Amino acid sequence: MVALDIIDLRFAYGDGPAILGPIDIKIPHHGITAILGPSGCGKSTLLRLLAGLCKPQSGHIRSAFTLSELGFVFQDPTLLDWASVRDNMMLPLTLSGAVSPAMREHGNEILRQLGLDGFQDYLPHQLSGGMRMRLSLARALIAQPKLLLLDEPFAALDEIIRNRLDEELRSLVIEQNMTALFVTHSVSESVFLADRILVMSKRPGLIKAEVEIDGPKIRDINWRESAPFRTYCRDLIAQLEEVS
Amino acid sequence: MRWMRAYLPALLFGAALLGLWEFLVAYYRVPVYVLPAPHLILQAAQTQAQELCAAAWITIVITAQALFWAVTLGLGLAVLFTRARLVERVLYPYVVILQVTPVVAIAPLVLIWVGFDNVNRALVIIAWIVAFFPVLTNAVAGLRAVDPNLRDLFKLYNAKPLQTLIKLELPSALPQILTGIKISGGLALIGAIVAEFVAGSGNSTGLAWRIIETGNRLDIAGLFASLLLLSAIGVGLFYLLSLVEWLCLKNWHPAYQKQGNI
Repeated sequence: MVALDIIDLRFAYGDGPAILGPIDIKIPHHGITAILGPSGCGKSTLLRLLAGLCKPQSGHIRSAFTLSELGFVFQDPTLLDWASVRDNMMLPLTLSGAVSPAMREHGNEILRQLGLDGFQDYLPHQLSGGMRMRLSLARALIAQPKLLLLDEPFAALDEIIRNRLDEELRSLVIEQNMTALFVTHSVSESVFLADRILVMSKRPGLIKAEVEIDGPKIRDINWRESAPFRTYCRDLIAQLEEVS
Repeated sequence: MRWMRAYLPALLFGAALLGLWEFLVAYYRVPVYVLPAPHLILQAAQTQAQELCAAAWITIVITAQALFWAVTLGLGLAVLFTRARLVERVLYPYVVILQVTPVVAIAPLVLIWVGFDNVNRALVIIAWIVAFFPVLTNAVAGLRAVDPNLRDLFKLYNAKPLQTLIKLELPSALPQILTGIKISGGLALIGAIVAEFVAGSGNSTGLAWRIIETGNRLDIAGLFASLLLLSAIGVGLFYLLSLVEWLCLKNWHPAYQKQGNI
């Protein structure tokens, strides 16, 4: 069974021009699927449709997951400015009334994994951009999601921090056996992170190509510097030039 | 030192102005019933201290009650407006009518309807009419300005409406709500004074009544003493509400952060 089955999905704002679709695609369980495309092609809209944050004009999404099994990371950290790191991370559990000592310990573990240990009582404005994004990721992970949707979460960060977070994210998804969809307009980021890349065309956004990435499970600088990595990047750039 | 830097220029300007006033009144021999010298106003304040304090207390109580209801009803109505568009469409025009109609025109009606048995209740209602609009409009604007991504986040995590209100909307709107309350504080005081003026002497014994009464007796120094106290109450109220705002926002709001992040 597939994780997400997207059937003839279309989207437009009211009677305006088509933004997206028709899209027919099956997303397999486990691993990372990257959605790659030029700016404004409807990548984020597709992700919002998958999360149920907006309604499609037509078509269906069959999901193997419930809403409670979903984690979402926005392009911006999207944190509560008045709440501490701990309270921001625990928000999904607070809202569902599922805070327990075991979950608090799980939260501490996530903070350790993401390098936020010792910052539990800090407020978002006291953190760096990278740390805020890590906190946003921690919040998405706290409820132990099976499906993780990420909307260009590291786009605003510098390259070194972005590379480090990409490595951490890939490890977490593999370790916890999650299914992740990662929207990006960066070719190298998509090749580094994904097991599979969907290339989208300009508006209306259509899936123009699917590329399987045959890389190692756990990836690091060696993968980034390898010949296959560069080949994938070159091919994808050529495909993007075609669809842009 | 910081306090000195912040307030010394204004204090020096005030002192210079008082000195000039004292000098000009003496130089031109201005009659005391037209413009008394500052030292005479100070004398009047000292001799009438007991009456002034009693009157000020009544005005403060009316102001505080009006502000309390302005905040309570303004916030309540703002939450209702942002939750139910229909309620907003029905009530908002009347709220605006109430706001734009001069309160001195409504005040006699309120006094007739409510003030027969209890003048103070009528005064509170009149002051409330003047005060509640800024809380309402600022709270509505604040509640509507919540980050759409945060709204989506709460939706994704299946938050109940009350959770969204308490954990997201109210904290997010707090800076605007507090600004509204600060404006309303001053307006509640103005409303209380206007209401006392309309109620007239004999019905109310607040500071406005003292102003009317001293004016009738041509005790201009006493009148100025009342005005001085009124200004002091207004300034005190403004700084008290500014302190509340600072206490609520100092830890997290960007406007209050001096240092950069890590």
